[in-house]
Amino acid sequence: MIIPKQKPLEEILQLTDAFENILVIGCDGCSGIYQVGGVKQAETLATLIRMARKLQGKPVEVRHTLVLRQCDRQLVATTLRPQLENTDLLLSLACGVGPQTLVDVFPDIQVLTAVDTFGMGGKDRELGHYFEYCRGCGDCLLNETGGICPMTRCPKALANGPCGGMRDGKCEVGDYKNDCAWYLIYQRLKAQGRLDLFTKYRPPRDWRIAQSPRKVEL
Amino acid sequence: MSPQRPAYSDLMKSLNAGKFTFTGEIEPEKIGSMDEVLEGAHKLVGHVVAANVTDIPQSFAYMNSLGPSYIIQQEVGLEAVCQMTCRDRNRLALFGDLLAAGAMGIKNILSLTGDHPSLGDTPEAKPVFDLDSASLTHLIRKITDEGKDLKDNDIHNPPKFHVGVAANPGAIPIEPEILKLERKQAIGAEFVQTQVIYTIQEAQDFMNHIKHIKIPTLIGLCPLRSYKIAKWVTDFVPGMTVPDALLEQMEKLSKIEDKPTRKEKTYLLNVQYFGSLVKEIRKTTQAAGCHIMAIGFEEIVKEIIAESGVR
Ligand code: SF4
Ligand code: SF4
Repeated sequence: MIIPKQKPLEEILQLTDAFENILVIGCDGCSGIYQVGGVKQAETLATLIRMARKLQGKPVEVRHTLVLRQCDRQLVATTLRPQLENTDLLLSLACGVGPQTLVDVFPDIQVLTAVDTFGMGGKDRELGHYFEYCRGCGDCLLNETGGICPMTRCPKALANGPCGGMRDGKCEVGDYKNDCAWYLIYQRLKAQGRLDLFTKYRPPRDWRIAQSPRKVEL
Repeated sequence: MSPQRPAYSDLMKSLNAGKFTFTGEIEPEKIGSMDEVLEGAHKLVGHVVAANVTDIPQSFAYMNSLGPSYIIQQEVGLEAVCQMTCRDRNRLALFGDLLAAGAMGIKNILSLTGDHPSLGDTPEAKPVFDLDSASLTHLIRKITDEGKDLKDNDIHNPPKFHVGVAANPGAIPIEPEILKLERKQAIGAEFVQTQVIYTIQEAQDFMNHIKHIKIPTLIGLCPLRSYKIAKWVTDFVPGMTVPDALLEQMEKLSKIEDKPTRKEKTYLLNVQYFGSLVKEIRKTTQAAGCHIMAIGFEEIVKEIIAESGVR
């Protein structure tokens, strides 16, 4: 899923300072599932903004709502259109796709995001952190690299790793605390008896495939 | 394999002739003139066949390698091994620099992936890594063997290069390192310069591991200017350990009050230690030579070589 993280409250309060009628919009997709921008978080944020503004002596009308998926233009239109009267700010709690969809659908209303987005990955509930596993390069290498993505998990996105910075299976970036992606690839391919895939030379990638913005025909 | 290819550089001629070969290293730092570079180069000329010129090493914002490589060849007569990393330039810029290197008479390129920018003094920099050491090696081969760019377009008067690569004898585990060298051999790397080792055991082990690889390999050595540096290497550089006996001797010398005496004794210890290490490497391994990195005290290189009795 997409990895979202709410911006610091201070920053959100500053961003919303000049608005009078705010609609905080959660998303029940990735952001909701990760409990960063679901309906509960939208409600909490609405309350916090309301309280802060009251304390500042600048009361504000803040409501909250939820879109099933903020990346879906049609869902955004049908869910939000009936709720927009007098609204001067749409504050999105979705990943970076959500606010842009809001801009597409409601070009006349200000849209701000309360979230920073960190790409595609997953969450380890026990460790309590997210990890990035895919950057959507458009030419997936996983079938050749033992199911481990060097484009995302190697900070240099090397096609022919590991680099000389690998020590004891750890990466030079981040003080040798993180696994070297190419070491993991080596281990997997070795276990599968496919070290030929490791030794194989991979020519430079065609970056046009990864060139943004992309439109993908399904 | 390299022996069948013509040799365009003194380095390659020496390696092809099977001579035990020495290379040195020049590190242009945060400087705006060539004075220091030339001073270092002068101390090496006549003692090493060629000297590496570093390319923004460890991602510290330093002078590049291309200019100083040209200047040490022109002004000092010291052949350059121009290091090129993939950290800062995409394939267009690397190709452009290679053409310029050719026009400047540079013959040896060391193809490196490069350290990540986050390791250096400007960690905010955007990492490029459009190519890596393997694909840069491939590009250099294409230019040299076919006279073409990556898209098979002809180059007018294509330059001729020899391309070297790095290897790390201290890699743990060692197998991926060996497989990488196999990959680079298949692409056409012509010489290897290793990361630093401190004991004959490390040199022997590594040369045994790569017995099947037929690329001449120069073992990396780095004399230790002071006990502080030796201790730092052991404590903080992963995969590098100065042997206890040497460390103890250096510690003892570091306690000498008189600075000139302390410096001289430390210097002599280095000459003896690394001189006999070179001798052993030559006697007991298949290494093609040694790459001696003595940044800032290049004069020690000739003493180590003399001590080793190789020449
Ligand atoms: S290779 Fe590309 S598509 Fe496949 S996981 Fe990595 S970034 Fe995603
Ligand atoms: S150590 Fe491994 S993961 Fe880190 S940059 Fe090098 S190859 Fe990539």
